[in-house]
Amino acid sequence: MIELIDVSKSFTLHNQGGVVIPVMEGASLKAEPGECIALTGSSGAGKSTLMRVIYGNYLAASGQVLVGGVDVAKAEPRQILSLRRDTLGYVSQFLRVVPRVPTLDVVAEPLLAVGCDNEAARGKAAGLLERLNIRERLWTLSPTTFSGGEQQRVNIARGFAHDYPAMLLDEPTASLDAQNRETVLSLIEEAKHRGAAIVGIFHDLEARERVCDREVNVSDFTPGLAA
Amino acid sequence: MTPLLQVKGIEKRYGARIGCTDVNFDLYPGEVMGIVGESGSGKSTLLNCMAGHLEPDAGQVIFDTRVDGPVDTVTMSEPERRMLGRTDWAFVHQHARDGLRMSVSAGGNIGERLMAVGDRHYGDIRDKAIDWLGRVEIDEARVDDRPSAFSGGMQQRLQIARNLVTGPRLVFMDEPTGGLDVSVQARLLDLLRGLVREMGLSAIIVTHDLAVVRLLADRLMVMKNGHVVEAGLTDQVLDDPQHAYTQLLVSSVLQV
Amino acid sequence: MSEYNFAYLDEQTKRMIRRAILKGLAVPGYQVPFASREMPMPYGWGTGGVQVSAATLTPDDTFKVIDQGADDTTNAVSIRKFFENTARVATTEETEKATVIQTRHRIPEAKLREDQIIVYQVPIPEPLRFLEPRETETRKMHSLEEYGLMHVKLYEDISQHGAISTAYAYPVKVSGRYVMDPSPIPKFDNPKLEMDAIQLFGAGREQRIYAVPPHTKVVSLDFEDYPFEATKADHPCDLCGAEDSYLDEVIMDDAGSRMFVCSDTDYCRSRREAGHVGQLAEENAA
Repeated sequence: MIELIDVSKSFTLHNQGGVVIPVMEGASLKAEPGECIALTGSSGAGKSTLMRVIYGNYLAASGQVLVGGVDVAKAEPRQILSLRRDTLGYVSQFLRVVPRVPTLDVVAEPLLAVGCDNEAARGKAAGLLERLNIRERLWTLSPTTFSGGEQQRVNIARGFAHDYPAMLLDEPTASLDAQNRETVLSLIEEAKHRGAAIVGIFHDLEARERVCDREVNVSDFTPGLAA
Repeated sequence: MTPLLQVKGIEKRYGARIGCTDVNFDLYPGEVMGIVGESGSGKSTLLNCMAGHLEPDAGQVIFDTRVDGPVDTVTMSEPERRMLGRTDWAFVHQHARDGLRMSVSAGGNIGERLMAVGDRHYGDIRDKAIDWLGRVEIDEARVDDRPSAFSGGMQQRLQIARNLVTGPRLVFMDEPTGGLDVSVQARLLDLLRGLVREMGLSAIIVTHDLAVVRLLADRLMVMKNGHVVEAGLTDQVLDDPQHAYTQLLVSSVLQV
Repeated sequence: MSEYNFAYLDEQTKRMIRRAILKGLAVPGYQVPFASREMPMPYGWGTGGVQVSAATLTPDDTFKVIDQGADDTTNAVSIRKFFENTARVATTEETEKATVIQTRHRIPEAKLREDQIIVYQVPIPEPLRFLEPRETETRKMHSLEEYGLMHVKLYEDISQHGAISTAYAYPVKVSGRYVMDPSPIPKFDNPKLEMDAIQLFGAGREQRIYAVPPHTKVVSLDFEDYPFEATKADHPCDLCGAEDSYLDEVIMDDAGSRMFVCSDTDYCRSRREAGHVGQLAEENAA
């Protein structure tokens, strides 16, 4: 479902004398449906960079980034947009939303985008918010005013609203209390169970061991760091 | 899928000086594209060439018309182009006074496009005008007030209502949030996003404000000195800019 | 006065104006530009109408001039005298006997015939001017038949006054093509614009001539739910009792008493001569 073949990534800083900083070389990995892969490696090894390359947020310099048969490294913007809408979900660490939009709509939006009807979308969104312990009286407010923990949970609810066949999770359990952490882990397990391929970053060791099937050490792809 | 708009080799010169040159892209139904660049980069020239306000010196602007399919709007007859401008196209000006009739009531401003395409029932026209005032969050009690009595944000929302009332498929916007307070901008952007999704609009937005394109645009084109220097997915261009100028542009944004 | 050429204008100028008139007749409602001359009267006093009349009159014509329907107002009297002096044509106050009628702000009540010509004095020929001040743009709108803006004006009327309050210079569409300003005639006169006579319009300051040939379809613009109405004061003429003519309201004294009289003085006079009597005339006789 998600497959990287010999992917490299470098940044060229044109405004600082054209310095080229290689950050990734020879990255290859494969996540099958129902499989969860944890990216490991020290801080700065390029875990987030790799996730961003898969999501199309960073442009790969070479190699293939295949998600559901689409090569993200070479696809047209609209192909990537439709991939993100239908196939590839991304739960980042930060919630980024338009001001003024109510929480329930924020969570339901990915479902509406794939053509789910309004009532069903809101019903599912409400169920997720309930599981993640966001009090109902907050649903009509914009999450921009929420606490960090609440925003993180809204973000997760939004990320799990649509049943994406492929998902990227960036520290989904960070800064959550035990109960909510448990909920998120079961959401991940449910996603795996329905056949989603998952690539994630888990600093939470226990969580990693519970949901991940394999680990890929990103340091192996870091130029100058590889053994 | 047929692109809604195909821009091929557009060039506009002002004497020896290049307005814009060698611009090529396809816009698909429902896509929102941002064009960014500093003042004088040619982004407004390009927008005006595409919208038929300026005649390009070379190139084609092919629009997928409802009746005849893809047609080059540069070579189509002026009446046809102006008809497109009143029906399937809309143009939101930076300054509301360029896009509104300041001496005509809000209702009359919204109703003009309806009357231009043949609506002749006052009650229906007025009902539609009031409906649109609501959609752009203007109190219907203001329907008979002139836009000169409106705030800048309201004028801009009225301009949007006036443009969208005939259900266009493609909207050109020239710095739609320029000159507005930040809080008013946010409201306007939210409104535009909602309308774009709800009506399935395609849009081309010219702006120098990167926050605006991040919020509204699926795709981004970066212009400098009349040339497109970089194009791609909005978040990719902003987060991983490839061209020297884009990197400079992105790093120049003041952080709050 | 032998030093004047017939009807004041030189023959070359009259020829130029006649060409404009013919073009106007060929394209009903289209505003034909012409090289308007200085006339020995100020703009706004009918310089356009006078030039059209001068180019139209022949020595055999009988000329009538009305201003607001009356033959005896300053403007009418001075223009009539002008042509008596410069063309030595016969003049009349009787609509029936006139072959050329120059008018400001009215169409005579009597039905005009095919052998008559009516010449309107026009202050602003462009009906779209009120909403679109750019001449380049209004010309384009005419050429592309983009007349939505005209209805915006009527929309504004209804939204502000509850009804179409435009009472004069009410816009019309001529022969299904051009939208035209019929000059500041009351909208009561609009239905008469479909007539047997030739109608010529002259705007001196704006340098435009336009025309409506006989038997041409002239439709007053309106909305389906606010149809055009040719309104007048709901009153008979106090002098002749006519119920079908356009009336002037005349304040009689400081107490605000008033009377309504036909604005068409010739129509009123001929009715009274035929024995018709209005309410006030009866009281006076008593």
